[in-house]
Amino acid sequence: MTEAIRNVSAPGLHGPMTPHFVPITRAARETHDVVTLHLENPDPASIFTPGQFNMLYLFGAGEVAISLSGDPEKRDTLTHTIRAIGSITHPLDAMKRGAMIGVRGPYGRGWPIDEARRAETVLLIGGGIGLAPLRPVIYSLVRNRGAARRVIVLCGARTPDDLLFAREFANWSGPDGFEVHSIVDRGELSWKGRVGVITDLIASARFDPSGALAMICGPEVMMRIVAGDLASRGLDGARIYMSMERNMRCAVGACGHCQYGPTFVCRDGPVFPMPQIAPMLGIREL
Amino acid sequence: METLERLLREHPFLESMEERHLEFMTGCARNVRFASGDFVFKAGEPAAAAYLVREGRVALETHLPDRGTTLVATIEQGEMFGWAWLYPPYRWRFDARAVLPVRAIALDGPCLRAKCEADHDLGYELLKRFLREIDRHLERSQLQLLDMYRVNL
Repeated sequence: MTEAIRNVSAPGLHGPMTPHFVPITRAARETHDVVTLHLENPDPASIFTPGQFNMLYLFGAGEVAISLSGDPEKRDTLTHTIRAIGSITHPLDAMKRGAMIGVRGPYGRGWPIDEARRAETVLLIGGGIGLAPLRPVIYSLVRNRGAARRVIVLCGARTPDDLLFAREFANWSGPDGFEVHSIVDRGELSWKGRVGVITDLIASARFDPSGALAMICGPEVMMRIVAGDLASRGLDGARIYMSMERNMRCAVGACGHCQYGPTFVCRDGPVFPMPQIAPMLGIREL
Repeated sequence: METLERLLREHPFLESMEERHLEFMTGCARNVRFASGDFVFKAGEPAAAAYLVREGRVALETHLPDRGTTLVATIEQGEMFGWAWLYPPYRWRFDARAVLPVRAIALDGPCLRAKCEADHDLGYELLKRFLREIDRHLERSQLQLLDMYRVNL
């Protein structure tokens, strides 16, 4: 069966809309409804930009846009962290090592990594599954530790059990300017961490807004509130970036399913500077 | 007293407070410590103080017979909690428990009320600061109610 599927990926069939069929090399359970799938990279020579996404194709279910969540330097593997919320992601969540899935991409505009490397302070703010598209940025910045730059990672989740990548927090934080802070909406008696909302973390974060750059990913309402709080702290809107989520189908700006005002999220995003999308964030119809 | 006045001046809740007001309030202030697990107060008890956290973490929690204890919010270094002493019936509505060892300044509620009655400028200044805190907690509760990370199917 595996060989038969691999043969679908025959030379000559490939274009931007044709998936490669690759095996899952590892499936790691993150939370009760989130899994990280590591896939064999069909094109190890290419490199993705943190914030970009792939289209994952599952026989009998369909195709879904999922951000890359792994280390861009580990080129033999494509890593995707998936929350089981729909008809495609539910079966993806149950897949095991060795199973075959289709993948095409990477697509879209990612995070401004070069700008981040020049920033005095980088704020990475992820809510829920929104931390997944930010993890490649963290890996990139952690690899380039040593400058005077500070990196502040702020994570929000519904409960302590929903905190994504919590096992990695200790590896990311350190005495050299890397900080990780997390907060949950509600906790139980055994929880020793913070309870509240992600804006509480922004209020207590110490940084000079004049040299800071922020990347935000999470539910849209969260991003809107967080961006507003950052702006009121004095951060220039042009240095606030958000990753938008819409119903991506073709992933190349042809079908229009992910149209957001005058933009297509798949082609012009998913990462946008705040001034480009701020006028649309408050429009209910969008 | 000088140390307490300095500690009050350095706490973000009282940032830019006039010196005469700080001096006036110092008579109501005392240093307090709580070990991890200690209750600062419990729901239903008389509300007698405001707490300015200097270090540690306090959980505001409530106990529901069918759901156990739920943490509503945590209060961190540089934040404050406790304003039920401002208005009748002067009773706490939540439990407050030290999650980590806590050092704080307790501002005696009846003492502050008396000073605010004696000096309405101080009363108005303090009320504005408490209102800002209450607004922050209200906004936090609204965002928690939104349940932002819930799956939308």
